[in-house]
Amino acid sequence: MGDIFVIAEHRNGEIRDITFEMLKKAGALAQDLSCSVTAVLLAGPGEVGEVFADKLSKWADRVLVFEDERLKTYDSDLYTGILAALVQEQQPFITLMGHTSWGLDYAPALAVRTGCPLATDVNDILLEDGRPQVIRQTYSGKLFSRVSFDPSGGYMITVRPGAFQVDTEGDKAGEVVQQNLPEGIQSPRREFLEFEEAAAGDVDITQADLLVSVGRGVGEADNISTVQELADLLGGTLSCSRPVVDKNWLPKYHQVGTSGKSVKPKVYLALGISGAFQHVAGITGADCVIAVNKDKKAPIFRVADYGIADDLFTVVEALKAKAKGG
Amino acid sequence: MNIIVCVKRVPLTQEVDLEIDDTGKKIKEDALAYVINDWDNYAIEAAVRLQEALGGDVTAVTIGCEDDEEVLRRALAMGADRAIRIDPGNLTPDGYLNAMILAKPISELDYDLILTGVQSEDQNTGMVGIMLAEQLGLAHAAITNGIEPEEGTAKVRVELEGGIDEVSRIQLPALLTIQTGINEPRYVSIMGIRKAKKKELKVMSLEDLGFTVEDLTPQTRIEEVFLPPETDGAEMIEGDPGTTAETIIRIMGEKGVAV
Repeated sequence: MGDIFVIAEHRNGEIRDITFEMLKKAGALAQDLSCSVTAVLLAGPGEVGEVFADKLSKWADRVLVFEDERLKTYDSDLYTGILAALVQEQQPFITLMGHTSWGLDYAPALAVRTGCPLATDVNDILLEDGRPQVIRQTYSGKLFSRVSFDPSGGYMITVRPGAFQVDTEGDKAGEVVQQNLPEGIQSPRREFLEFEEAAAGDVDITQADLLVSVGRGVGEADNISTVQELADLLGGTLSCSRPVVDKNWLPKYHQVGTSGKSVKPKVYLALGISGAFQHVAGITGADCVIAVNKDKKAPIFRVADYGIADDLFTVVEALKAKAKGG
Repeated sequence: MNIIVCVKRVPLTQEVDLEIDDTGKKIKEDALAYVINDWDNYAIEAAVRLQEALGGDVTAVTIGCEDDEEVLRRALAMGADRAIRIDPGNLTPDGYLNAMILAKPISELDYDLILTGVQSEDQNTGMVGIMLAEQLGLAHAAITNGIEPEEGTAKVRVELEGGIDEVSRIQLPALLTIQTGINEPRYVSIMGIRKAKKKELKVMSLEDLGFTVEDLTPQTRIEEVFLPPETDGAEMIEGDPGTTAETIIRIMGEKGVAV
């Protein structure tokens, strides 16, 4: 049987957490399947050394390393080209990639090029008759589905960040093997220019003890002010979920979530936020989450400590009255 | 600049209790209202803005039944020049098949850019756009939140995690999957949709496109769907708003947030 491959993800000199989350799950699957785990690292020359390969080798039976000047950062065409040649040569049974911005960029292309079936944004991986099946969420977390693959020599899966917890240390000592770049791969058609960080604002939501956070449920731009008033009365800071920024109701520096900021307040008051996983990923550091949403089936209630199934404005007005000493 | 934009009609499921149908493999869809997939709405707007600035034409494409023409008419009302609906008949394509089917008519068209949404609101796979790019042999970028066309290339901004954007230059023709928030999609009036009825809307079947049944094996199958377990999660606070507010303030106090 082929190995389980995990494609490492790194940015700015650091291996991203998703890599270890995948390696952890790969280890468990490999035990059930009696196969081994291979970590695959594409990196710039000199970066690999002790920093990357050693960390990976604790979690993998071997680490395959491709080094090239052009791999200092992610490259769509090189990742797809190198990995397609590797998969065709080594025939891994399962290939795990992160369901991240970069994973979403190359995994579907890699699947088409290699002919392997792909399941994306996966929360859990099961084995049925020696073949993988996956559990994934649909309708923004309101429904779960169990998905099987068409029989194939190899299967590809992108794994949702945070789906698997890394609560132990890796205890392997995998061999690090340098690989040569395959011949004839597509030269990059997309040239990296720079990273740009979102502009900082007049509030820092990462430092607040109390975040009063609004989502799509706030309805329109004019309603933001009433929530701002509540935040002021409670001595809290106003934050928001993605749709509020998308609609230009608040600037980006208020945004909590994967594409915004991760926060760690003592209390996170979520008002009209449905709880998409990209948002929830940003509040795992919160001590206490209190959610208010009209929709009692909203996914936010699955992660909140306390919930109120009510109209957010009713609750906001009542809280204002209490805060004013009513 | 000629642009193709792929769109999908999806059920509106926010604040709706989803029910599973008798097959156990999908939800009951009949009672739901349908809308344009949010990501696709931004993609149409991006296409139309590029066309307004640079000329050329915009073609909107969907895979779906007659009711799904609603989202094509909406795209036409926003400024697309023509539309194509591919009728899948009885087939329920997975992401892979959607990409394979879309590639066929698109490969016959003349284009500089193909835009799709990052993902659809229903299945949330995020794979169709990039698989389509690969089927067509195109350069691509996923999760695009900025496009500046240049001569034969475009400067694109893609959204990474942690509030960081990656800026790169991509060779055209290319496929970009469009992230929400890239623009502010224009309002579409019923009058606008009526007027757009004059524009061309072509319907093609899978047979018209030369597909046979053997070509159309999905790579993934939904074996079952289920609702999230109701037992875990938040402790619900009941009562009138005054009592609820009092409870919230008490909990905040216990957690060290003095009001």
